[in-house]
Amino acid sequence: MNPNVVLSVQGLKTWFHSRDGVAKSVDGVTFELAKGETLAIVGESGSGKSVTSLSIMGLLPKPAGRIEAGSIHFRDRAGIEHDLAHASAATLRRIRGAEIAMIFQEPMTSLNPLYTVGDQIAEAVLQHEGGSRAAAMARAREMLERVEIPAAAKRIGEYPHQMSGGMRQRVMIALALACNPSVLIADEPTTALDVTVQAQILDLLRRLQEELHMSILFITHNLGVVAEIAHRVAVMYAGRVVEDADVYDLFERPTHPYTRGLLSCLPTDALLASGERLRAIPGNVPSVLALPAGCTFAPRCPLADADCTRAVPELLPVRPQHRARCIKVATI
Amino acid sequence: MSSPVTVQAGTDRWQVLRLLVSRKTVLISLIVLVVLIAAALLAPMISPYDPYKLSIMNRLKAPSGAHWFGTDDFGRDVFSRVVYGGRLSLTVGFAVVILSSVLGIALGLLAGFFRGADKFVSRLIDAMMAFPDILLAISLVAALGPSVINVVIALGIVYTPRLARIVRASTLVIRELPFVEAARALGVSTWRIVTVHVLRNLVSPILVQGTFIFAYAILAEAGLSFLGVGVSPDIPTWGTMINAGQQYMGSADWIMIFPGIAIVLSVLSLQLVGDGLRDVLDPRLRKEL
Repeated sequence: MNPNVVLSVQGLKTWFHSRDGVAKSVDGVTFELAKGETLAIVGESGSGKSVTSLSIMGLLPKPAGRIEAGSIHFRDRAGIEHDLAHASAATLRRIRGAEIAMIFQEPMTSLNPLYTVGDQIAEAVLQHEGGSRAAAMARAREMLERVEIPAAAKRIGEYPHQMSGGMRQRVMIALALACNPSVLIADEPTTALDVTVQAQILDLLRRLQEELHMSILFITHNLGVVAEIAHRVAVMYAGRVVEDADVYDLFERPTHPYTRGLLSCLPTDALLASGERLRAIPGNVPSVLALPAGCTFAPRCPLADADCTRAVPELLPVRPQHRARCIKVATI
Repeated sequence: MSSPVTVQAGTDRWQVLRLLVSRKTVLISLIVLVVLIAAALLAPMISPYDPYKLSIMNRLKAPSGAHWFGTDDFGRDVFSRVVYGGRLSLTVGFAVVILSSVLGIALGLLAGFFRGADKFVSRLIDAMMAFPDILLAISLVAALGPSVINVVIALGIVYTPRLARIVRASTLVIRELPFVEAARALGVSTWRIVTVHVLRNLVSPILVQGTFIFAYAILAEAGLSFLGVGVSPDIPTWGTMINAGQQYMGSADWIMIFPGIAIVLSVLSLQLVGDGLRDVLDPRLRKEL
């Protein structure tokens, strides 16, 4: 593993076994997250982005979900490499929260309603670092100040229902960062928030990243958010990464037909001026229970021909640091 | 500012009590409960007569200055027997609630949180619920031998499924809530998630069910004693007194009315305190000061 990389996912396959068959939610995902970098994973619902994050955290619903193949290498603070795909439950628990933390989509329900926010942050600190309750509470207050909650000393004794959605998401961030993790997984953290609050939270995350030198794996379906926060982007479609690139590169020179389709779905000034309707990608995301042969995007792709359905395309280099999973990379 | 933590925890604890007492119904209920418990504890000092002393001359006397609650068919002072009866009835009630809560919460959490255990535990609970309460209690006491402790054990086992089912059902809901997953993502152990995060959210259904079981237990103890498998019938308990008074319901209703009132008062006030406690313990229902 490159010394600059903290998290390296290689060929990850996470399948769900159900009565209806095998759902290949994640089917060969590969990406690397460098120190201090924000990698956005973009995709539609059901593309496997959340399952990827749950696989990293070791939080897959058991026994249905299983990692079938691949590895998740993570370098902890001491410099030791762990393969999280094959780590013991005890190792995973030690890493969760302390080394890799996660924030979720629903700030309204991701906090226990019956404990004060201070208690909940203190719990995380006590769980991983021990020490006295007073010290943990002091840390909790420090974290609330860090996430810019006004009157932190007073708010520490409040319950989640006394706070707004934006405030709760700040508490979630404080909770996740209380043990100073090196990787933060943010699973659609701004989706449930107002646009103005969204911008504040993104701003906060960006600032905290600089202060704490952490890496962020940012999961979202919102390309606007991607442009705001990401350094690099991995686009997922039907359980695979179909394109990964630098954020500027991706927006300026999208290569994979799916990425192009996604970007053309966004309203532009020219489109608004012309008075045309928004474009959409025809068709639907295929069911993970029955993925099409070859390129999974072929049935919806305007450029597809018979060659596309023969074999699953590899991630092919487009430019340095820019790859796309399309056999027509050279001709696009 | 010097030590916000201790101040916080301290005020919170007193705040709960203060809020609890600030409701009139809860305050009155608490006073009633304290009076009943104190009367039971101080029975020898309070009761004007020996509760066992027979007096054929005075049998079936209506309430009067000499016998506040009248006398029963053996001329025993009903007031003294009610006071003494509280000792056993309240003990049995509380002990059964504690025993069935411990068992029921443990089984319910096990079944609700761990899919593997659910099949076994749920079938066990179903099997226990298939027996009529009193029949199961009788066979348990018969197997264990009649004594107060065995009555408590038998009733505790009989009422366990009621609690276990409610705890299981609520656990099934709570375990799927995002904050449980969030706690996992923070590295909180399964044991701590179950015993802290889930259990704390179960307090209100447990309190409600616990107060019901308290009432059932007092009455069931009477039933067992009446059937001859409980405590000896000459030992006064509220339940046995009601049973014994049944045959005089038309002519000397005070024999059963006063122990009846004692049961109603204790169950009602316990339930009101339970209600108040539930509201106060849930910060979402707690009124702002």
